[in-house]
Amino acid sequence: MKAGSRLKFSEWLVTLPSFVWLLVLFLVPTVLVFAIMFKPATPYGGIGEGWTLATLRTLGNPNYPAIVWRTLWLSVAATGLCILLATPMGYYMARVSPSRRRLVLLLVILPFWTSFLVRIFAWKVLLHPEGALKHALVFLGLIAPETSLLYNAYAVLLVMVYTELPFAILPIYAASEKFDFRLIEAAKDLGASSFLAFRKIFLPGIRVGLLTAFLMVFIPSLGSYVIPDIVGGPTSEMIGNKIAQRTFVDRNLPHAAGLSALLTIAVLIPMVAITVLRRKENPKDTLIEEGV
Amino acid sequence: MKPSRLPLIVTWAVIAFFYVPIAILVVNSFNSSRFGGSWESTSLKWYIRLMNEPSIWHALTNTLIIATTATLASMVLGTSAAFALHRFAGSKLQKLHYSVIYLPLVLPEILMGLSLLLFFVQLKVQLGLATIAVAHVTFCLSYVAMTVLARLQDFDFAIIEAAQDLGAGWWTTVWKVLLPMLAPGILAGGLLAFTLSIDDFVISFFVAGPGSTTLPIKIYSMIKYGAPPLINALSTILLAITFLCVAASQYLSNRDRKAA
Repeated sequence: MKAGSRLKFSEWLVTLPSFVWLLVLFLVPTVLVFAIMFKPATPYGGIGEGWTLATLRTLGNPNYPAIVWRTLWLSVAATGLCILLATPMGYYMARVSPSRRRLVLLLVILPFWTSFLVRIFAWKVLLHPEGALKHALVFLGLIAPETSLLYNAYAVLLVMVYTELPFAILPIYAASEKFDFRLIEAAKDLGASSFLAFRKIFLPGIRVGLLTAFLMVFIPSLGSYVIPDIVGGPTSEMIGNKIAQRTFVDRNLPHAAGLSALLTIAVLIPMVAITVLRRKENPKDTLIEEGV
Repeated sequence: MKPSRLPLIVTWAVIAFFYVPIAILVVNSFNSSRFGGSWESTSLKWYIRLMNEPSIWHALTNTLIIATTATLASMVLGTSAAFALHRFAGSKLQKLHYSVIYLPLVLPEILMGLSLLLFFVQLKVQLGLATIAVAHVTFCLSYVAMTVLARLQDFDFAIIEAAQDLGAGWWTTVWKVLLPMLAPGILAGGLLAFTLSIDDFVISFFVAGPGSTTLPIKIYSMIKYGAPPLINALSTILLAITFLCVAASQYLSNRDRKAA
């Protein structure tokens, strides 16, 4: 009994510092967002006294459904493209020699360590009207000289895929590495074509990796703000841009909180859905694990 | 039947896709032409201009102060968190603990940025270097905890018992046995925290105050409103530093692996 209570004490001792820190600076502020949504804004950019439904009413603004819709389709498209490209890569990396695998892995991780803004800026330079890609495409006659490669939703999608692809590759590779490739040989021996074996044996085999990749790309995508801000234009704004505009341009913090609350809910739905899905399959599995 | 070459082609095409924009940026930083559409002459003009820009040095100083503080604090908090998660795995408290550590890793940064801004505004805290550092500790903590936790998975706790059997006290066990053995994991977590802190834009932008411009905030305003060739040069320097750091950590971890 005494040993038990000592164990309990030491558990609290090592848990409290990080737990209290995150409780105060992560959980409380997240809940606060939902409360401030119902506060009035003061003319000089602060948060007023009392309670109001003013923010809730402005969320009915006819502009918002279009922005929510765009945020959703861009995130779905970016996630789909990332998984589409990452799956053959995971397959390739799991099958090549260890030294080649290490090289590819390093090349995939390296961009992750380089500045996020620099990588977005690199695309702005490339897609710029004076940039190399534009010149090449016009020269090849693929686009008209007046076409703009920048400031549209496709530029946003391209750069989203560029920055988020490593987050899809790593979990899919981690799952592929554990996959038993003799199963594919067996399927082929039994007469399956390569593609059928890939689809019916390999894809279900790396399911966990695919789900993790989905979460790791889709959720941050929903909150994109810097990418549409730099390579997008007024017709390719996402929810994140609106949150930033309400905060920095209009200085209407309750309104920004309202949009943030909406985004939080949008993010929690797929997370909870996948956790429930995985718990159904494997009751011991309490939370999503990181595939990396 | 020949195996499909598609995975090979996709892999190397994606790697080219990763590096071509970066390569063009680096090459352009040595081009004296302003727009980089044509090559005028090779020059270090933009690098020299960059060195004479005091606001960049100021932003760099801020960034390093924040990153150092945030890294040290998150190494302490993250290591104790990882130890708790591993040692007491399965308890109700740790399940909750794991969730609050895991969530900041997946939630979009803008949510943490705005919620912390509202929190600081509500408490009437003056925004500045301190608020940025506190925000950085909050997300770095999770990364350190996860890195150390991964390291703890193959840690043999029999060593701890052996030390205690040999008469080591609680303090001696932690300082002389546990921490030295976990050092590579803690350092790897710290390196990750440092990199993320130096690179963070979104959260810093939300909780920054007057005079607390960090390097990413400076780069952002240069991208939005200013001089492309200067950013090319600055980006090239940042890329060179990153590649050197990664090369060093690869070398260290290879040496570590051979020694083990």
